[in-house]
Amino acid sequence: MNPTGTEVAAAAGGRTPREFNVWRIREDFPVLRQTVHGKPLVYLDNAATTQKPRAVIAALEHFYTADCSNVHRGVHLLSERATAAYEEARRKVQRFLNAASEREVIFVRGTTEAINLVAHSFGRPRLGPGDEVLLTHMEHHSNIVPWQLLCQETGARLRVAPIDDRGELIFEEFERLLGPRTRIVAVAHVSNALGTVNPVRRIIEAAHARGLPVLVDGAQAAAHIRLDVQALDCDFYAFSGHKLYGPNGIGVLYGKAAWLEQMPPYQSGGDMIRTVTFEKTTFNELPWKFEAGTPNIAGAIGLGAALDYLDGVGLENAATWEQELLAYATRRIASVPGVRLIGTAREKAAVLSFVLEGVHPHDVATILDRQGVAVRAGHVCAQPVMERFGVPAITRASFAFYNTPEEVDALIAALHKVREIFR
Amino acid sequence: MEELRNLYQEVIVDHSRRPRNFRAIADPSATAEGYNPLCGDKVTLYLKLDGDVIRDVAFQGSGCAISTASASLLTETLKGKTTREAQALFDSFHKLVTASGPAGKELGKLAVLAGVREYPMRVKCATLAWHTLRAALKGERRPVSTE
Repeated sequence: MNPTGTEVAAAAGGRTPREFNVWRIREDFPVLRQTVHGKPLVYLDNAATTQKPRAVIAALEHFYTADCSNVHRGVHLLSERATAAYEEARRKVQRFLNAASEREVIFVRGTTEAINLVAHSFGRPRLGPGDEVLLTHMEHHSNIVPWQLLCQETGARLRVAPIDDRGELIFEEFERLLGPRTRIVAVAHVSNALGTVNPVRRIIEAAHARGLPVLVDGAQAAAHIRLDVQALDCDFYAFSGHKLYGPNGIGVLYGKAAWLEQMPPYQSGGDMIRTVTFEKTTFNELPWKFEAGTPNIAGAIGLGAALDYLDGVGLENAATWEQELLAYATRRIASVPGVRLIGTAREKAAVLSFVLEGVHPHDVATILDRQGVAVRAGHVCAQPVMERFGVPAITRASFAFYNTPEEVDALIAALHKVREIFR
Repeated sequence: MEELRNLYQEVIVDHSRRPRNFRAIADPSATAEGYNPLCGDKVTLYLKLDGDVIRDVAFQGSGCAISTASASLLTETLKGKTTREAQALFDSFHKLVTASGPAGKELGKLAVLAGVREYPMRVKCATLAWHTLRAALKGERRPVSTE
């Protein structure tokens, strides 16, 4: 018989709440029940995308088998149901973020589109030659490139707050870079490469003290940290559904209504308008002003189902379990000769990035894969982080609440195999 | 384990650890750069020709065991070959790692890379140096990319 989550947690030296039963939770994720290359799948690539619980898959299926229709248009019953479900999903996101209003929740394709939207509609009118956009050295490419392109276009320049050898933001340097020409601050809540949790509240306080707006890239945070955008007081918060147990192709931009109202539309077309004549178009209200064209209706509904599911598990329970897995994995990996951890911040999400001396991460990942262990290898869309740590690439194991200490053991055993092959 | 050894044969591990002809050629007749943007592997290939014959060939760069070993084995194989023979080897090698043909005798030591065909995600690692060779022979100035 399988041990219970509580017993496993106890074995791992943890203090997971009694009600958290990882074996029962795993039952909710059909994809986990398979073998790859003849070995049980050990899925440790959750920072890339998370697997989907049955509830999410069922919500998608229900939409397509019962309610499939366009939103905000038809007078027929299916359209009414689709619209109701789509807007209900928006309210679920509002509650998840504790946003002041559902008008502040814009459905987008994902974090990348959310950041592009802000760069385009909020950044462009505010930037001119000599102005500055302030980022950190640990940003994902999706929170670098949109700003870089905008800077090229406007004559503004990127400033980058440095990080230390643990992978933590050097806060004093960040503060020093908040200068008279800074116009926008854009920071990751959690680093996808290092796992570092940034002190976003302090960052926002420091920026606001100088009257500067802050965008938070929450792609890696939303599944692990309880969010409250009002308490955080961020101006924009972006995240992706697929890293939050929801479907691909749906994400959210939260923005303060006061900003969103001032901003011009990002894309234009149907649904985002109020009136159209060949002389002039007036725009729809928030949030639809920013949702041109038929949105990803099923995706939004699926995301809503994912948030409900996460509510059932309890984000805090999930986070506690993940932290135990991270602590256990961090201890165990020290037994593998030649391991160097990349990212040892004091506060981390459940991301374990490392290099193995003398073995390229792609070879590590191939050998792990043949033993059923799925990890990410490469520059993980954070080439500046690679450069900062002087490595061409890393291997990254990232955990979700459905992972188990036994899976950590499988990872460690597989790494010993790598060592055997590259003796 | 057995299966993995088909990919990571001793020869490959050895060449990745101690790549042969891992150096620049001061005054090359031809050179080219190759880049795999997906994994960041980079290779620069240098050729010294004497008429149509490859007198010397060397490489520099960084990459995984497969791409490094493949480049290293390439340099060992090509010395003394004509450019026409090199082009023919490119074709045979490509068939070898994509399983579209049997390993020809002309491949010699390169046949150790046959295991790559079982790993579709890694074929580009094995062929990077070869695409770079072809670019060098064609005298292409822009870095070749696997994408």
